[in-house]
Amino acid sequence: MKFEETKKKAIEEWESTTQKKVCIRVGTATCGRSSGALDVLKAINDELSRQNIDANVMEVGCLGLCYIEPMIDIYKPGHSRVIYANVTPDLMPQLIEDYLLRNNPRPDLALGTIGEGNIEGIPRFSELPMIKPQVRLVLKNCGHIDPVNINHYIANGGFGGLIKALKMKPEEIIEEVKKSGLRGRGGAGFPTGTKWGFCRSAEGVEKYIICNADEGDPGAFMNRSLLEGDPYLVLEGMVIGAYAIGATEGYIYTRAEYPLAIKRLEVALDRMREHGFLGEDILGSGFSFDMRIKQGAGAFVCGEETALMYSIEGKRGMPRPRPPFPATSGVWGKPSNINNVESWADVARILDQGADWYASFGTERSRGTKTFSLAGNVKRTGLIEVPLGIPLRQIIYDIGGGIVGDKEFKGVQSGGPSGGTIPAKLIDTLVDYEHLAEVGSIMGSGGLIVMDEDSCMVDMAHYFLDFVQKESCGKCVAGRVGTSQMMNILERIIQGEGQPGDVEKLESLANTLLATGLCALGGTAPNPVLTTIRYFREEYEAHINERRCPAKRCTALTSYYILPDKCEGCGICLRDCPAEAIQGGKRMVHIIDQSKCIKCGTCFDVCPPRFNAVVKVSGEKVEVPPEPVPVKASKKE
Amino acid sequence: MESELAEILAPYEEKKGVLIPVLQQVQEKLGYISEEAISQIAKTLKLSGSDIFGVASFYTQFRFVKPGEHTVKICLGTACHVRGGEQILNTVKSYLSIDTGETTKDGKFSLERVACLGCCALSPVIVVDEVVHSKMNPLKTANLLSSYYQGGGDEV
Ligand SMILES: Cc1cc2nc3c(=O)[nH]c(=O)nc-3n(C[C@H](O)[C@H](O)[C@H](O)COP(=O)(O)O)c2cc1C
Ligand code: FES
Repeated sequence: MKFEETKKKAIEEWESTTQKKVCIRVGTATCGRSSGALDVLKAINDELSRQNIDANVMEVGCLGLCYIEPMIDIYKPGHSRVIYANVTPDLMPQLIEDYLLRNNPRPDLALGTIGEGNIEGIPRFSELPMIKPQVRLVLKNCGHIDPVNINHYIANGGFGGLIKALKMKPEEIIEEVKKSGLRGRGGAGFPTGTKWGFCRSAEGVEKYIICNADEGDPGAFMNRSLLEGDPYLVLEGMVIGAYAIGATEGYIYTRAEYPLAIKRLEVALDRMREHGFLGEDILGSGFSFDMRIKQGAGAFVCGEETALMYSIEGKRGMPRPRPPFPATSGVWGKPSNINNVESWADVARILDQGADWYASFGTERSRGTKTFSLAGNVKRTGLIEVPLGIPLRQIIYDIGGGIVGDKEFKGVQSGGPSGGTIPAKLIDTLVDYEHLAEVGSIMGSGGLIVMDEDSCMVDMAHYFLDFVQKESCGKCVAGRVGTSQMMNILERIIQGEGQPGDVEKLESLANTLLATGLCALGGTAPNPVLTTIRYFREEYEAHINERRCPAKRCTALTSYYILPDKCEGCGICLRDCPAEAIQGGKRMVHIIDQSKCIKCGTCFDVCPPRFNAVVKVSGEKVEVPPEPVPVKASKKE
Repeated sequence: MESELAEILAPYEEKKGVLIPVLQQVQEKLGYISEEAISQIAKTLKLSGSDIFGVASFYTQFRFVKPGEHTVKICLGTACHVRGGEQILNTVKSYLSIDTGETTKDGKFSLERVACLGCCALSPVIVVDEVVHSKMNPLKTANLLSSYYQGGGDEV
């Protein structure tokens, strides 16, 4: 068989690259790059050639521990891979010399090992607290293979699902996807197999499938990481779906803010064409299909399926009422099926490993796994994949390691601007479609933003509504008028000008909007407002009744002061204040000019702990001299 | 200018569904969408100028004023917001004495806000001319900007 031959060759290449000699992997996805991975890569290459060491250096995707990027791992034949985190270019010559020339794997610098064999003093990667609770089905290749090397993908089981699918009847594939229990990973959780069935049975010769890679939730990056780390998995799922649905053409709609993902997708598409996985008569099956990338241009609402389809057509991305559903009338008015990046990747795994295998993860009604991007005030931020039904506590404390600076956990936002805030007291909520809905949030596409005691919940509600309002297309009255009225109220509350009854007004506007919004953007926009009122009403009340922001976050209600009896006139805050709002001089008590202060908190952060002279207050006034005075001599002893 | 854009526009003549990629390429070339550019695109794609402006202004990616020598983008996505993106924005505004969407008088910097760059795990982040700076704070940001005035900048 032809594929068998391709696979044999692929495995040979994979083994010779990663097993026959030294292989150094460098994580160069977006997170790695913004932490300096490309400089590390260069330092490695320089050192290898300087020392004349014969080794393969491979760029890989993200292992998910974004908080300690850049990460590399070194494989020496006969040993397991050793991962090093937080590396710098300067460290590379030493590390290469120590491990490759002197056989010292530097356990003091290592994070963990992957693969057979143990190395003394280094834990196994899979046993790390951040990794252990995870089940990586769609992320299995990320960080392990060269994302654009099709042979690496094939050698690791890639296209196995497609090979099986092409031998099945389209209806059988749809049945298999239904049986897996897979629900859409883009937000609403609609059963994927059922949706495919609608489009399959829709009338029409031309049909489209679309991959929704818009990832509009500001604060989420799961789809980006997957596309950067293993683009073929997503594309394989799409070819399977196209065959099952009977689609002739496909689009991958992705944000222009993701240049690296776009570049990798472009290469992957070319390779797939060269290898016959795309184009005319795919792998001799008689089925023809091709797809291309469409770049979005920065509009949250374009993640909504009908808006996205208008955007593909080059128009303003405005949602329209459904029905007609895309399954009957989508892009260019033709039957279309849209799924999220992760849903497509899941499909490839399901066809490869079987529906029962997939369904064995997760819960009765929420099958399988879900990727999440864990960010905010949590210690270990990054990309994770967990079985559905996992307790939130486990995600935040075991995987995430708890709150930065051991501050108090306040809540977590799931589902982005359409989602809700889950308060600390509900930390034992199970993360699946039903339980998240029960507490007033949604699964969404997988953004999890952890907030600590310094986050103000009124400010968060204001933040999300501001975002949605800027992004609302202005087509429906609910979206336009509803959000702006709510904004006005929130605005005055955070400015310290709230009025009694404002909370009730917000609630009533929110409920109207829920009922009348044209698309899910307008219809879900009130969620963050409603959940924060539900769980943090007293914070709203403090803003309104006491003109006080309990978290000391809202700038209009918060001030910084320098305590005259503590300030030693050292001049550090004076030098560092970016707004030049501090007056003073050597051995003079410094004063903040409140009219110039932009509340950036720099003085608070830079004041030496032994003085601890800067305070942040809300709702109280601190007595300070009107202008700089000499530091009291009495304090000197 | 005419000839500058002609090359970009030629392959798209009277094609459908290409407006957004065309705008993206024009912006890449000119740095912004100028009025002349709009009228040239209109001619090539047989659309009206107001249609084009309607589409372009819908998407936040497109700008209509000439950008400064360096572009500073402040991420105000949720993760960055939670970790102090707003404070960074205020710092930059005060430091450069401009608002978002504006360019400094000396033409050195323009300031933009973006909603998430996908580096949320490293928040808060800012981007100066495509280089992402992660785990920022107001002080680091002010120092970064001042380094551009001291002739450095590219190395930071
Ligand atoms: C305002 C809004 C934004 C959305 N953004 C996204 C997005 O960024 N990515 C996504 O996959 N789905 C998004 N959706 C959901 C899509 O409309 C659609 O349901 C989804 O792409 C279907 O794929 P799935 O069944 O695989 O989840 C959004 C919906 C709304 C209302
Ligand atoms: S929120 Fe700033 S990078 Fe995502």
